[in-house]
Amino acid sequence: METSASKDSSAIEDFGIDYAPAIESTSLLNIKEKYGLFIDGDFLDSSSSNSFKTLDPSTEKPLSEISEASSADIDKAVKAARNAYEKYWMTMSGAVRARYLFRIARHLQERSREFAVLETLDGGKPIKESRDVDLPLAAAHFFYHAGWADKLDYAFPQRKVEPHGVVGQIIPWNFPLLMASWKLAPALACGNTVVLKPAETTPLTALLLAEVIKDVDLPPGVINIVTGAGETGSALVEHPDVDKLAFTGSTEVGKLIQRSAVKRNLPLTLELGGKAPHVIFEDAALDQAIEGVINGIFFNQGHVCCAGSRLLVQESIADHFIDRLQKRIELLRVGNPLDKNTDIGAINSKAQLERIDQLVKAGVEEGAEVYKPSCSLPEKGYWYPPTVLTGVQQSHRVAREEIFGPVLVVQTFRTPEEALEKANNTPYGLSAGIWTEKGSLIHWMAARMRAGVIWANTFNKFDPTSPFGGYKESGFGREGGMHGLAPYLKTKRKRSQ
Amino acid sequence: MSTSTITSVETGLPIRVTPVDEVSLEARASSLATRSIKTTSKRAALNLSIRCIDLTTLEGADTPEKVASLCQKAKRPDPANVDVPQVAAVCVYPEMVEHAVEATKGSGVKVASVAGAFPSGLSTLDARTADIADAVRRGADEIDIVLNRSAFLAGDEKRAFEEIVASKEACGEVHLKVILEVGELGSYDKIRQASMLAMAAGADFIKTSTGKISQASSLPRMLCMAEAVRDFTYHTNIPVGIKAAGGIRTAKQAWHYLVVIAETLGTDWLNPERFRIGASSLLNDVLLQLKHLDSGYYSGPDYVTVD
Repeated sequence: METSASKDSSAIEDFGIDYAPAIESTSLLNIKEKYGLFIDGDFLDSSSSNSFKTLDPSTEKPLSEISEASSADIDKAVKAARNAYEKYWMTMSGAVRARYLFRIARHLQERSREFAVLETLDGGKPIKESRDVDLPLAAAHFFYHAGWADKLDYAFPQRKVEPHGVVGQIIPWNFPLLMASWKLAPALACGNTVVLKPAETTPLTALLLAEVIKDVDLPPGVINIVTGAGETGSALVEHPDVDKLAFTGSTEVGKLIQRSAVKRNLPLTLELGGKAPHVIFEDAALDQAIEGVINGIFFNQGHVCCAGSRLLVQESIADHFIDRLQKRIELLRVGNPLDKNTDIGAINSKAQLERIDQLVKAGVEEGAEVYKPSCSLPEKGYWYPPTVLTGVQQSHRVAREEIFGPVLVVQTFRTPEEALEKANNTPYGLSAGIWTEKGSLIHWMAARMRAGVIWANTFNKFDPTSPFGGYKESGFGREGGMHGLAPYLKTKRKRSQ
Repeated sequence: MSTSTITSVETGLPIRVTPVDEVSLEARASSLATRSIKTTSKRAALNLSIRCIDLTTLEGADTPEKVASLCQKAKRPDPANVDVPQVAAVCVYPEMVEHAVEATKGSGVKVASVAGAFPSGLSTLDARTADIADAVRRGADEIDIVLNRSAFLAGDEKRAFEEIVASKEACGEVHLKVILEVGELGSYDKIRQASMLAMAAGADFIKTSTGKISQASSLPRMLCMAEAVRDFTYHTNIPVGIKAAGGIRTAKQAWHYLVVIAETLGTDWLNPERFRIGASSLLNDVLLQLKHLDSGYYSGPDYVTVD
């Protein structure tokens, strides 16, 4: 608003929530024009010389040219991993392996700002999340698993444990470095060597991690990082000399991988999609529940497999709660991911943006009401505003399919039994949330909900000590905690003497 | 605790008092404290902080001279810079009210007086209402009283409520701030209940602390009260003000409070009619920060006045 007072240079500008830009500097970064494949401790060109671009999704500007690994390159990587397994890693004591993991963790901490900025640039997530969540957790996973490396016998009493050998790991684009750490740390702690494929839209932090791996003098071939898209992944999955596979990503791809693995009786861990119910009872701490719901669905633009994407709110407070939620969404700050005050960043890719848009349109066609805040979106880049769909029925596509974007669907319930029935009535089962001040109700619900992770009076809390994984189409196997070691080990019963 | 209700004296309608989850509340407060306030926002925040300060002296050793000095500082915080706004009010004991009224006359700076057996509140209701009436008679624009924690925590919420109603009557048209003394309440649930009780009984402002005990205001406690205000206003349409006091000494702390208020209650609360910070040493730190913004370097404590 232009007033005469505002023309006066001494006039006091009002303090409001439109905070002045506070952009994190990118001067620490040294992004190369082109990246090779990290095989046997060195960066190599791909045998096919094929490459692809990785973009900053908030501006659509290309950041770098990335080599695409062919099946010949995958073969080279698996051979390097096999060689490293037999030559160094298999015979190394757990305590020595731990030393490498501790070193990686410390390097991640020391270079955390650089990693965080790169993660935000390549993936579109807000800097406050990569800085305060992704990086501390990534380092924590290495620290935690370093501690296990020399204590595996204690983790599995009466069992003899040994590593599988060469592990193939494929990770998604939503938490690129964190997922790499989440997968690499337990595999290495348990004595396996790894061929890791990052997602094609977000390869840069994994490639920076390759630099760290060189800096800590990890024996060559213990970690190999091969970049590429579906074909590269498929070559890794199909490779005959891989002893175990671990995949995090879509249920669709997970099923394909399972089909391939089952033919060869290959050990497999899948961490797939979700459509988590977030249940709010009338006696909940409502102000915190609203923040919990916001965090549950809008954290990382909703690109979270365990996102609380289905809000189930008790009838008696539903109108009030939804009204308050809509008012709260008005305050979310969508924009430049590098701005330290940004709450919601860019959608990771054009393809994902189209998918979100298509599903929301389907929801509207099926009769859902859409609420979007009045925020403006940048013109360039991939953006979707925080969105709430009300009037959603259990049979609507938006209530059943994973949207993987900042879109919350709202349903109501009357009794705990109805909440439970609706919560469980999904092919997925990765996570769930419960908000009530009544402890017995938390236990009643948690005992009956078919989900691998259940949060009570909080949401999206992660810790390397806590096992994470799904029921049903959300996958199998656990990552994190003592349970997360088991998939990376063969266990044999010891004869008692 | 389970949910209960409280009835506002003005609307006569019951309002649910919702519980508070400690872990999530504190997580939200620390997340708000990561807001990065730079350049123009920083200047705006510093100026707004000054405009919202209740410049306070509540010492047994207070003298008319000291109060006069405080009032001068309130009217003209930075003698070298006329662009620096004046503070909202000075806050003194009843005995000092007339001196403060005299010293601030015509300036727009208000005079607030603590009253009602501050800081304990433990004298008879008659004595407390008489104390309030006396401070009003002496010319106070605003009265800061304490919640009767003794009654409230013992479960006699009715008595605590009725005493606020009586205090409000003694104030007449003068604004009433009710100090909850959050450091004595023991939980966020109790802070929420006390906030709702004070607002329902007619408080124009709710205030965190007396500043007389070590446990004073904190960001999560302020957030807890701001959420109560948001809820009360949502149900009654009565915009109750909020005041943080005790332990706020740095400009950075002050803008954390502003962020909490802005993102909880909205920009309608970002003015001295609805938000105050009770403080004595804060003002000088804000002035030093403003000087730094203007000059690019930090000056020392001798470049602001010690009053």
